[in-house]
Amino acid sequence: MGELKLMKGNEAIAEAAIRAGVDAYFGYPITPQSEVIEYLMAEQPENRTGMVVLQAESELAAINMVYGAAAAGKKVFTSSSSPGISLYQEGISYIAGAELPCVIANVVRGGPGLGTIQPSQADYFQSTKGGGHGDYRLYVLAPSSVQEMADFIQLGFDIAYKYRNPVMIQSDGMIGQMMEKVELADQRPRWTDEEIKQMHDSWAAFGKGDHRERNIITSLDLDSSKQEKHNHHLQAKYRKMEENEVLFEEINCEDADYLIVAYGSSARISMKSVDLARAKGIKVGLFRPITLYPFPMKQLNAYVGKVKAILSVEMSAGQLIEDVKLAVECNIPVKHFGRYGGMIHSPEEVLTALENLIKGE
Amino acid sequence: MDIKDIVKEENLVYSKTNLMTNNVLSYCPGCGHGTAHRIIMEVIDELGLQSQTIGVAPVGCSVLAYDFMNIDMIQAAHGRAPAVATGLKRTMPDKCIFTYQGDGDLAAIGTAETIHVCNRGEDITMFFINNGIYGMTGGQMAPTTLEGMKTATSPYGRDLKKMGNPLKITELIAQLPGTYYVTRQAVHTPAAVRKTKKAVFKAFEVQKEKKGISFVEIVSNCNSGWKLPPVKANQWMVEHMFPFYPMGDIKVDGHLVNSNKAEVKS
Repeated sequence: MGELKLMKGNEAIAEAAIRAGVDAYFGYPITPQSEVIEYLMAEQPENRTGMVVLQAESELAAINMVYGAAAAGKKVFTSSSSPGISLYQEGISYIAGAELPCVIANVVRGGPGLGTIQPSQADYFQSTKGGGHGDYRLYVLAPSSVQEMADFIQLGFDIAYKYRNPVMIQSDGMIGQMMEKVELADQRPRWTDEEIKQMHDSWAAFGKGDHRERNIITSLDLDSSKQEKHNHHLQAKYRKMEENEVLFEEINCEDADYLIVAYGSSARISMKSVDLARAKGIKVGLFRPITLYPFPMKQLNAYVGKVKAILSVEMSAGQLIEDVKLAVECNIPVKHFGRYGGMIHSPEEVLTALENLIKGE
Repeated sequence: MDIKDIVKEENLVYSKTNLMTNNVLSYCPGCGHGTAHRIIMEVIDELGLQSQTIGVAPVGCSVLAYDFMNIDMIQAAHGRAPAVATGLKRTMPDKCIFTYQGDGDLAAIGTAETIHVCNRGEDITMFFINNGIYGMTGGQMAPTTLEGMKTATSPYGRDLKKMGNPLKITELIAQLPGTYYVTRQAVHTPAAVRKTKKAVFKAFEVQKEKKGISFVEIVSNCNSGWKLPPVKANQWMVEHMFPFYPMGDIKVDGHLVNSNKAEVKS
């Protein structure tokens, strides 16, 4: 068993990054995730593993430092919150286009604009549908506990390197700020230069040896027929991710007449709502997408003919619900419920929404 | 007598470095970029740094530099090369990292990245090609466009009241404690090429010694953007660009050169 600690989600993700053998963290402070860089600066991982931590002059610079280090085959992690993630989008598009692996954490706050510093899930579209320009996808993990904040770092890097694709961990101010027991993984050593050369010599830019042609990291091809070919390659990669890397959780779904679909903080709240409903004799289950992209389309579609209606619960005005509807292809009625703009729904509010759904209101 | 009779080993005085690829340059005939590329690649070759060097070229005419430079290369977003280079250097402190940027890139959209990379004193080398215009995009006004200069977005000439002043970014970054060697050169004559090559050598030596930023500005022509034939473009550059962007060292061994102290004060 790994070391047990009581930690904030933001601290857990930072400690997990050190233990995952990450080479560098670049970031810029923003509430409610500044504890990530504060923890790393206090922890001085350069003395523990040699990991580099640098506070950039802006989010624009931070994401491009990520681009540079990832281009050299280094394991890079960064984090920010919604307005900062908006500034990341140019860099994320380049990273996706150039097929560089990295892990980016978004501790979401309410928007739009400067919005608020309270928790929200209103960046669902931005994370899953491509916040930057062009046809690309991020692999998006949605933790619903401090434990998952820590665990998804290693999982994120595994996927990032398996597919050479950026990975987004989308939590929110609640998961980032709350404290829970967390079991931390043992320290993994950072990759040596020799290991990086063995694994990534075919693409990474760490210096051209005589044994190979130069490696070029770019998303540019002025020949549009070649750019289309590159896009086909990217799409094939995303189809593979959809086929092989979907993660989800089902709670009390076996005998359910109704489903709540919720992720992250909303799923955590909805677990209590399921208990409250079950105590009243309502057969309801919770279906929790863990990967927001690829969304568990087939797995949710399996409930067609089995449940009477679905309540899509999210701290946003109706973003998750679009994927829920796509998944069930209009074969199950789907209603949205959620507070947003930084407000968090209570389990009782979710229960009331569920009861209204059943009554047909 | 054919070419084989002329090109004999004993007659060879120069050969192309194999750090330049055989791809046809995408630059306009007469443009300074090709010469600047060659000088940098020759120096890397002569220093034996090919396997140790990673170049970063962002958006601009030189966005395709990776087609011509036979080293590992990274294409960066507009203005972001200094941040990309920081990511590389911080994770590979013993590798040789350089950026190759135009004036729109380094002195407009990337000003924040330029100032902060210089202020942090990252151990990288920056090459700044200043031709006073956006070449690739089609001849629009740049931060370095001279007063009165006509461009696609200043068709009646740059009006300082409306459009602001040409930015002497090189003098500006020379003020920062993180810069160690700052110089301004050109590549329009054989003599200028020799001086620039010396400057490029020195810049990479500074990086090797990890003394901070080494920064080489190369004032260049843009005959297409300036709408002048190559020779006239070079004459125009000497007559108009050089008085505003004077040639020579601005900061050496971490100290401002005297003439530039006065320049900055005025």
